[in-house]
Amino acid sequence: MTITDEPQAGNETPGYKWVGTRPIRPDGLDKVTGKARFGADLVLPNMIEGAFLRSPHAHARIVSIDTSAAETMPGVQAVITGADFPSPDDMAPGDAFQAMKIMARDKVLFEGHPVAAVAATSRAEAMAAAKAIVVEYEVLPHVGTVGEAMADDAPLLHDTLITSGIDPAPDTPSNIAARNLLERGDLDAGFAAADVIVERTFTNKPVHQGYIEPHAAVADASQNGRANLWCSSQGHFDMRSMTAKVLSCPPSMINVTPAEIGGGFGGKTTIYLEPVAILLSRKANRPVRMVMDRDEVFKATGPTSGAEVRVKMGVTNDGTITAADVWMALEAGAFPGSPMGPATMTALACYDIANFRVEGFDVVCNKPKVAAYRAPGAPISAWGVESVVDELASEIGMDPIELRLKNPAVEGVQAPYGPAFPRIGFVETLEAIRDSDHYRSPVAPGHGRGVACGFWFNIGGNSVATVNVHEDGNVSVITGSPDIGGSRSSMALFVAEELGIDVDRINPQIVDTDTIGHTDVTGGSRVTLSAGKVVVEASRKVKADLCRRAAKAWDCDIDEVEWVQGQAQHISGTESPLSLAAIAKNAGRTGGPISFTHAENVRGAGAGFTTQVVDVEVDEELGHTTIVRYTTAQDAGKAIHPSYVEGQMQGGVVQGIGWALNEEYIHRADGTLDNPSFLDYRIPVASDLPMIETIVVEVPNPAHPYGVRGVGEAGIVPPMAAIGNAIERSTGCRMADLPMSPVRMLEAINERNAAAD
Amino acid sequence: MDYLAPTTVEEAVGALVEQPDARVFAGATDLIPQIRAGRPEPGLLIDLKRIDRCTGVAETDTGWTVGAATPTSRLTEDPEFSGALPGLSEAAGLIGSDQIQNRSSLGGNLCNASPAADSVPGMLINDVRAVIAGASGERTVPVGDVTTGPGRTSLADDEFIVEFEIDRPPANTGDAYLRMIPRTEMDIAVVGAGVRLTLDDDGNCTDVRIALGAVAPTALRVPDAEAALTGKPVDAETLAAVAAAASAACNPIDDKRGTIAYRQQVAGVLAKRAVTIAAQRAAGQPVNGAH
Amino acid sequence: MKTHVHCTINGNETDFLADSGGTLLNALRDDVGLTGVKEGCGTGDCGACSILVEERVTCACLIFAPEAQGTTIVTIEGLAEADHLHPLQETFLEGAALQCGVCTPGFLMAAKALLDKNPDPTETEIRYALAGNLCRCTGYDKIIRAVQDAAERMRTNTNGAA
Repeated sequence: MTITDEPQAGNETPGYKWVGTRPIRPDGLDKVTGKARFGADLVLPNMIEGAFLRSPHAHARIVSIDTSAAETMPGVQAVITGADFPSPDDMAPGDAFQAMKIMARDKVLFEGHPVAAVAATSRAEAMAAAKAIVVEYEVLPHVGTVGEAMADDAPLLHDTLITSGIDPAPDTPSNIAARNLLERGDLDAGFAAADVIVERTFTNKPVHQGYIEPHAAVADASQNGRANLWCSSQGHFDMRSMTAKVLSCPPSMINVTPAEIGGGFGGKTTIYLEPVAILLSRKANRPVRMVMDRDEVFKATGPTSGAEVRVKMGVTNDGTITAADVWMALEAGAFPGSPMGPATMTALACYDIANFRVEGFDVVCNKPKVAAYRAPGAPISAWGVESVVDELASEIGMDPIELRLKNPAVEGVQAPYGPAFPRIGFVETLEAIRDSDHYRSPVAPGHGRGVACGFWFNIGGNSVATVNVHEDGNVSVITGSPDIGGSRSSMALFVAEELGIDVDRINPQIVDTDTIGHTDVTGGSRVTLSAGKVVVEASRKVKADLCRRAAKAWDCDIDEVEWVQGQAQHISGTESPLSLAAIAKNAGRTGGPISFTHAENVRGAGAGFTTQVVDVEVDEELGHTTIVRYTTAQDAGKAIHPSYVEGQMQGGVVQGIGWALNEEYIHRADGTLDNPSFLDYRIPVASDLPMIETIVVEVPNPAHPYGVRGVGEAGIVPPMAAIGNAIERSTGCRMADLPMSPVRMLEAINERNAAAD
Repeated sequence: MDYLAPTTVEEAVGALVEQPDARVFAGATDLIPQIRAGRPEPGLLIDLKRIDRCTGVAETDTGWTVGAATPTSRLTEDPEFSGALPGLSEAAGLIGSDQIQNRSSLGGNLCNASPAADSVPGMLINDVRAVIAGASGERTVPVGDVTTGPGRTSLADDEFIVEFEIDRPPANTGDAYLRMIPRTEMDIAVVGAGVRLTLDDDGNCTDVRIALGAVAPTALRVPDAEAALTGKPVDAETLAAVAAAASAACNPIDDKRGTIAYRQQVAGVLAKRAVTIAAQRAAGQPVNGAH
Repeated sequence: MKTHVHCTINGNETDFLADSGGTLLNALRDDVGLTGVKEGCGTGDCGACSILVEERVTCACLIFAPEAQGTTIVTIEGLAEADHLHPLQETFLEGAALQCGVCTPGFLMAAKALLDKNPDPTETEIRYALAGNLCRCTGYDKIIRAVQDAAERMRTNTNGAA
């Protein structure tokens, strides 16, 4: 089912030939035959292997490091510690934190914090040598949660950290890195006008992105200071600039080639291995490969924040939400930088509420520094807000979709974080779910049905594309945006549509940092929008050039030439059309090679909304929740390759289901991680799930030539609350702590039963 | 680590005697992750899978002999075995994914000595016996005598389990194994419950065996729960008594997979549900539930 | 210690020298060069390294390399015939059953093992047979459908040939 709004001004061609079709992805064949080269698959001549020594403690002072035994072990080529890196003291604060994350200096701040690294002729030798490094630690008291970290007498991670966002600035350091406040209207008056007020506190544990491919990098450094780096990341330009900062070298001295990336979800937008591999390579004078084990991935990368969120909202009996007061504190891990900002900005973005206050805190604690995870922060605040909105609906006896339709964000409404929304499709997603077969079907006896909504900004940003026409009339389209979900297909479809040629004649490539201009990270759901925009513009330059060449051949004015279905035509019909292949063949004699680049900082990312409905069945004797049916409606603006749009929607939902039901970091009392494996960090398996039904809503983004909105992230925002709401409607238990695991669920059911007795 | 693949029991015992830090293995599905997690590496890996007696499912006059290193998929795919002992077959079939099933074995599952081992309650309720070989010859012991605590067995350093002897159950007997896991697959049991019972002509339960996993240092039989059902029909009253006795028999721990309170409560639920399934099987009725 | 291993991989007689205590996964990737076999966890929990040994699906990360002696192994690199893809490879491509693709080799091998023994599995049977393979991108929906489509295609081909 597709809902298409009236074509917008920027969306000029309603009848597409290629856009909206589902061709086989260009990189697919290599991926079903095992040929695709991911991060760990690269082998260079004379390459050696690196390994880390990591902290066994959550918080400790490094008293001494003795690498002498390791350096003489078999196969060892290089050993490095924090002392081998440029001093963070000379760096800007953010860069200094990044440098300290990569390799500990005087303190270790989380279990798994790198303390030293070794390169040896085999991985086993490198690991054995790393083990032989002797580190003396003075274990320090650690803080694990925002509550512990914000306590008055909490041990401090960084003795210079002053909270930003408070005026006047505090004069003493704390674990609170930043505060953000969004306010509008009169909160007291808003609550006074409400007939029903609901107030609850919600929590969630850190959850990991859980990409299946562990981080991997290969570095080959030369004596002249240059280095080549191959790694799987969501943005090799960002990897380059971050790596350069840690190594205090000019970014242009490093060329980064993207490998195929085995999942990222935000977690591969930052560096872990890259500067270490370069430094080891420099010291050993050989290429060095570094690949993480899964337990290193869990202990030392990602996750997203554990958090506490307090939500108070008021509603009138006729369904007007009059006020909202939201407080939240998010774990940043060992260094500042939780997604507190977007968590506060998205918290109320689905609604038009006259009076609100949203306050957030970014709090450091002795856990791995968090990394972006799909709509960073938004699921954390939505878990609270969407649960409370559901409770408000129940309290006033209103259908939960109806309540949302009475208070929706629509075009012209000022977003809580600032600007007024342009044309958006939130209402359309609500209506799509309301009218869906799923929502209209009766709820089976013993099941519960829940609804929740989600918002994500989506972003634009810097992109560059080059379109080259080959001598045979086939085309390459070159970008710098790593493809994490099928974006190469979309790029090929844009070119096919613009040039009017078969999509199979287009070869999309993602190239290294020396070969294409600066391109921002694949994140923020920006690639189809932003890279797509520059691909379209570069294609249009090619098209104009082709018409120019035809005009020259026909000795006519360019206005008399039009490009139709892959060939130049004279409007009079008097000339034989010139195909792309024919023009390409003579390119050398008509002005030289046909190659055009377009670079732009793309603006106008259309905000994305989704509404989701889920039916659950709770085994009340075991506390086990089964997802019986799930439907998601999301505004894609325009689905360029609908299969991969559906895939993003389904993937986001299922990550949310995992977060809702079972995923969590479980820490021991000493602050070490108790479940650093896929056995006990339980991401959903195939048998846990039903099919995930998708409704692609298309309300075109007026700022994009094809109406595209990002679709990668919004999908993960609602599932926790949708499932919690369904559980409440099935069991009467309002869950407030994630995950809603069998143990927590059974405790809630027992409490409910005890209260009823 | 060195590797040896003996073809006879004697050769394997000889290697164990000769090299004290040697270790036998079958599917290595526990051993390799343990080594990866930092457990000391054995000096010699002795692969039992090329010893004929250690692999295979053989039907005998009284039941079956199952090689200790036989992949559990061979049991679940054996229609005779699975038809006669569906509970044991299900328990063995719950050890991991299809990939694991082609490597995991009853011997490995038992000797890894996890309190949560799925096949162990299934073996306990069926009085399975382990044939153990060592430097002083062979001995046969009840499976319940093998594990002594988490990660610990009663086997001497020079001993390993060669095969299991499993009796054919009498008529009107049914068995069942259920476990609680947070997902639907790929988890370690938070609680496991195995039940075997025989129905007499009046529909009353006889020869009741009830065993629990993951609720104590080793899997255990629950005599009180068995007594609560013996000589009685399966009804709401006896099921409640079984559940209460099963919960009371638990001596679990709080850990990342579950709490004491959760395990106690769920042990009763699973015991009760497993009784119902076992009784249906004993009566020759169709069973709902298992995927 | 190193062990000389002789086996048949993807139809080819193969010899390699492996660490005696090393895994078959490392041997296949580093010594034989079959990097289509992926490591996602190294502990048998993700299925990315699924291969067929004697026609049975297993995790290469849970096999000691010397165990491969004398066996017949199929990896993702051996799934397609020289001139055409396996139906599962076709339906995974057509049905967009992969996003990042790193889990895909393991899924294809596990799905092949399933369809070889059960040509007409139910959705539930497919979901449980593939429960040992983690995918974090797709939510499994399109993977399950691709296996259903391949099963149907293989049944049609078989019936057509008969």
